[in-house]
Amino acid sequence: MLRIFLAFVLLVLPVHAEEVVLGLSSDKVAITATFEGSDILIFGAVKREAPIAEAPLDVIITVAGPSLPVTVRRKDRRLGIWVNTEMVELDAAPSFYAVATTGPLDKVLSNTEDLRHRVSIGRAIRSVGAATMAEDAQRFTDALIRIRRDKSAYQMREGDVAFDEQTLFRTSISLPANLTEGIYQTRIFLTREGRVVSQLNTSIDVRKVGLERWLFSLSREQPILYGLMSLAIAIAAGWMASAAFQALRRG
Amino acid sequence: MQIYLPIAEVSVNAFLLLGLGGIVGILSGMFGVGGGFLMTPLLFFIGIPPAVAVATEANQIVASSFSGVLAHFRRKTVDLRMGTVLLVGGLVGAGLGVFIFNYLKAQGQVDLLVKLCYVVFLGIIGGMMFIESLNAIRNTRKGKAPKRKKHGWVHGLPFKMRFRTSGLYISVIPPLLVGVAVGILAAIMGVGGGFIMVPAMIYLLGMPTKVVVGTSLFQIIFVTAFTTMLHATTNFTVDIALAVLLLVGGVIGAQIGTTIGTKMKAEQLRILLAIMVLVVCGKLALDLLIMPSELYSLGAGGGH
Repeated sequence: MLRIFLAFVLLVLPVHAEEVVLGLSSDKVAITATFEGSDILIFGAVKREAPIAEAPLDVIITVAGPSLPVTVRRKDRRLGIWVNTEMVELDAAPSFYAVATTGPLDKVLSNTEDLRHRVSIGRAIRSVGAATMAEDAQRFTDALIRIRRDKSAYQMREGDVAFDEQTLFRTSISLPANLTEGIYQTRIFLTREGRVVSQLNTSIDVRKVGLERWLFSLSREQPILYGLMSLAIAIAAGWMASAAFQALRRG
Repeated sequence: MQIYLPIAEVSVNAFLLLGLGGIVGILSGMFGVGGGFLMTPLLFFIGIPPAVAVATEANQIVASSFSGVLAHFRRKTVDLRMGTVLLVGGLVGAGLGVFIFNYLKAQGQVDLLVKLCYVVFLGIIGGMMFIESLNAIRNTRKGKAPKRKKHGWVHGLPFKMRFRTSGLYISVIPPLLVGVAVGILAAIMGVGGGFIMVPAMIYLLGMPTKVVVGTSLFQIIFVTAFTTMLHATTNFTVDIALAVLLLVGGVIGAQIGTTIGTKMKAEQLRILLAIMVLVVCGKLALDLLIMPSELYSLGAGGGH
């Protein structure tokens, strides 16, 4: 019975010729009061049971922050002043998204595989209903990418993954200081001639800690207390400054 | 030194915020304005999300106004009675204003309305004050005595009350109406309303400029404290770390501002406030008229 079971398991298990063995410099990012961004080193090796194949392997690494719906508005001139006219609601756009590859993305990943795995920045944004809201919904998606790319929230780093001897790879992803907390999904793809031959998923936990955590939780769980605390601090600071200046004037 | 703000979820330079707080605090102490109309656009500019900027700004104004009002209490330049009447009107107006704001939000284009409100009111108030105080300065130069308060329609109304600190014996109806009107505008525009209240007290109620500043600060404390609580409990957008950085600068600035204010002549004070109001108005008008470099803007999903 056990033998049959083992044989069955072996049959069902996908036989990967090449697999990823992964390491992260850290799988947790702590947002403290003086958080200034963080560099995460992603490294690993390709595990093989067979000799290296003829066609070279490529590595694609993506890191995606939590996805949220986004409203993109467009300004137009009406009666001489610039006002928001059209708007498009995108269903889900990652707050942070970085793609690092060993070469140009269109060379290392075919269009169909990109579509299937949502690797490129444009594909990582879900906009199912967008086309019905404006004539050229794509321009709104492009604007979102442009704005977030300027803030380093979206990063396209082609050729940024070092890949030695077709076995050892490493790259460094820099997370900006303006980071939203949440689980950052990290995916590593091995591709050959544009096709994905192996994939590994892991995650980086980005959390506020210490005082940041405490204030954030308090503002959500005890909003009245939090509001009163804010006012108390304001009144106390106002009084202290006044008292200090009075003492200064006398002294 | 970069500081990560827990609610705004952005990283900002602490010294920049201290400096901004200080400058706005000085203006607050000098003119009796909360400074929200100045600070809120500045916070947008350094990348604080608008909702957090508006809510946190209200909290910071509580601090700088409190600091300023204590200085005015010592000089006995706060008309508590007038302040209370204005406050009653103001709270009623704020309630109405929130109602109008939500109605307009459902119609869309609320951003545009707020901006137009700013441009129109800042323009009118700034322009009127500028001309009036320029004339006053000219007249004093020529050696003419300043005109005494006119005995207009305001004095013919019933429910008269004596406002000793202001030296007025007028009906409570005009101050109540001023309070309501300012409350409505303050709620729509998301500010304490000092920059509307100060000119209204000077020109509509005929209060002496020195008393106006302290009285305005007195009622701003309550209006902004109310707003802070409202934002903290409904939108969760008050960032206490941001508020602390701003108010440390703000309370010190307010003390300096009050000292400067008492050393200046009333009409000089008015003309400076007028110039400042006109500058902000001009900036906002240009934003509406000049083609923006980025036509697209991002907002939280599910919004309007």
